[in-house]
Amino acid sequence: MGTIVVSNVSKAYKRYPNKWARMLEWITGRHQHKKTWVLRDINFTIDPGEAVGIVGVNGAGKSTLLKIITGTTQPTTGSVHVKGRVAALLELGMGFHADFTGRQNAYMTGQLLGYSVDEIHALMPKIEAFADIGDYIDQPLRTYSSGMQVRLAFAVSTATRPDILIVDEALSVGDAAFQRKCFRRIEEYKEAGTTLLFVSHDTETVKKICDRAIFVNNGIISEIGKARAVCDAYERLLFGAAKDTREQKKEVVPLYDSSLASSSVEVQYGSRGAEILNVNISDGDGAVTNIIPEGHPIFVGYEVDFKEPSDRVNFGMMVKSVDGVCVYATNANANIRNPKKSFQSGESARVRFGLQGNLVPGTYYLNVGVTREGRDKEEMLHRRVDVLIFRVINAHAYSSYGFANLFGNVEVEKK
Amino acid sequence: MPGLPMLKALWGYRGFVWSSVMREFHGKYRESLLGAFWSVANPLTMIVIYTVVFGQLMRPSLAGHEQTPFAFSIYLCAGVLTWSLFAEMLGRLNGVFLEHGNLIKKSSFPRICLPAIVAVSALVNFGIVLGLYLAFLALIGHWPGWALWAMVPLLVLQVLFTLGLGIFLGTLNVFFRDVGQLTGIVVQFWFWLTPIVYVFDSLPVAARAVLRYNPMQPLMVAYQTLFLNQRVPDFASLAPLAFLTMFFLTLGAWFFLSRVGELVDEL
Repeated sequence: MGTIVVSNVSKAYKRYPNKWARMLEWITGRHQHKKTWVLRDINFTIDPGEAVGIVGVNGAGKSTLLKIITGTTQPTTGSVHVKGRVAALLELGMGFHADFTGRQNAYMTGQLLGYSVDEIHALMPKIEAFADIGDYIDQPLRTYSSGMQVRLAFAVSTATRPDILIVDEALSVGDAAFQRKCFRRIEEYKEAGTTLLFVSHDTETVKKICDRAIFVNNGIISEIGKARAVCDAYERLLFGAAKDTREQKKEVVPLYDSSLASSSVEVQYGSRGAEILNVNISDGDGAVTNIIPEGHPIFVGYEVDFKEPSDRVNFGMMVKSVDGVCVYATNANANIRNPKKSFQSGESARVRFGLQGNLVPGTYYLNVGVTREGRDKEEMLHRRVDVLIFRVINAHAYSSYGFANLFGNVEVEKK
Repeated sequence: MPGLPMLKALWGYRGFVWSSVMREFHGKYRESLLGAFWSVANPLTMIVIYTVVFGQLMRPSLAGHEQTPFAFSIYLCAGVLTWSLFAEMLGRLNGVFLEHGNLIKKSSFPRICLPAIVAVSALVNFGIVLGLYLAFLALIGHWPGWALWAMVPLLVLQVLFTLGLGIFLGTLNVFFRDVGQLTGIVVQFWFWLTPIVYVFDSLPVAARAVLRYNPMQPLMVAYQTLFLNQRVPDFASLAPLAFLTMFFLTLGAWFFLSRVGELVDEL
């Protein structure tokens, strides 16, 4: 029980040039559409009890693949054979009905998962306890926050141990405590023999809970194998890290994946009396990078072109975690002995921050900003939020989690 | 028969279908003070309006029923109530896949459950109204007696016809959203081209010659015969409708089965 065999699966969506073209095609039988291939020739087998992660950028075809495996969508060619009872958490809410109460939705979803009404009745206290949404269980679903929907969805779909558990990025909506609770249950089921198929952007999680991983890129399987190796391949594409160090040194601009390129998440504001340009992160050798082994020094640099004369200018930077928490921030005047410089319009400044990379492995965002002294308060000349994304990777003998990297080591002795 | 696995799958999900019907029924009036009263109030209003406007103000005479009290009301309800079942079911089948797009995209289950839920749920509503109607008939002493059993094959025929047509149109509506709009308009015309608020025999000969080809006409006449004349209707007149039912059931099933995969991609 719990086997998934995917053979030669391809999926294409039909695109018609206009609304009448489909009708013309149906009547005359002549093809009018163009096919957009989102998956091509996907083959893999997942054995019972295996935990497999699927990684890839947005739009790579991960979700479509999961939908084909769960039977929600049919493949254009190829076939999928699934043996065992499947519980799937696809995206948000699993098709909950907005006007029904949480309890009614739980019954409905439960029935779709193959439980009888009596079985759901018996499971309901357990579901309520796990979802932990209190009186909301009897309120219509439209009053729920997205986090509450996921709580309920996860509680229902994992009320009993399925043979196969499929989790799309749904869990990222929940808060940290609930995520922890979910992963505990996922791990518990995995121990008991459930096959796990897990899609996430968070490669650290995939590495932690999955044996194998599949890296889907542009609709094809780019890598399949040990979770760690596949995640590394994915990160190389994502952050454009050194495939070949020599090449990397020549190639100054890192290869960002377009969907995750910083420009798409970056927010800028300020009076624009000055402009921040060429923001970069480099390693100790001065090579531009965004994959940094934990403990290695990180250098943040940028240039500022002044458009207006500015007095007593200050330069700052901040490193934030994925959930937006400030991990570290500093500025040029944090050291009181640094005199505040003044700039004329047309002048430029080059700023370089040297940091000790005591960060735990994970993804981080960089903010930079430049201010000048205004009449009664500091004036923001230019601020660039989430201008760069970088990743700290594991390099220490111990893997670590948390906030700050204390580079611990552990000794255990029998007394 | 290619539809057989579909029906088997539907049977396996009968619990889901029934619970969905009940949820829908409760959900519809959950937030209202008077609850299920509203499911009765709507058809009741319609009956009262038609009875007053056509029955009392215009006073049409029904041949052979000059002495029957409430004759026109009985006649009217026989047509209006059963037509409402047809119109409601057809209208909802038209939008059933669009309405449940979210569920279809996120869960894997036999899609045929959705039309089934619509059909059962419309029948439940109809059951309530029919109950009222029968109570009214008993009260005025016009109980149809054993002839009432003839209602069963009539209803079965009507529901199958509606399902065949509705599943075909509902599937088509996912690809061409004009279908839903058009159906609404066609059903309006169809209602007035069917002898429900007027009597077929009172029409001019030319009109009768045309309306004879309306497949719903013999069905409505059958209901009216049953309730007003208290006798078993002429089943032979339903042959064209039975033929159309077979046609649309086959067409609907074939079309649905061949497009159900593509349907998900369009939602």
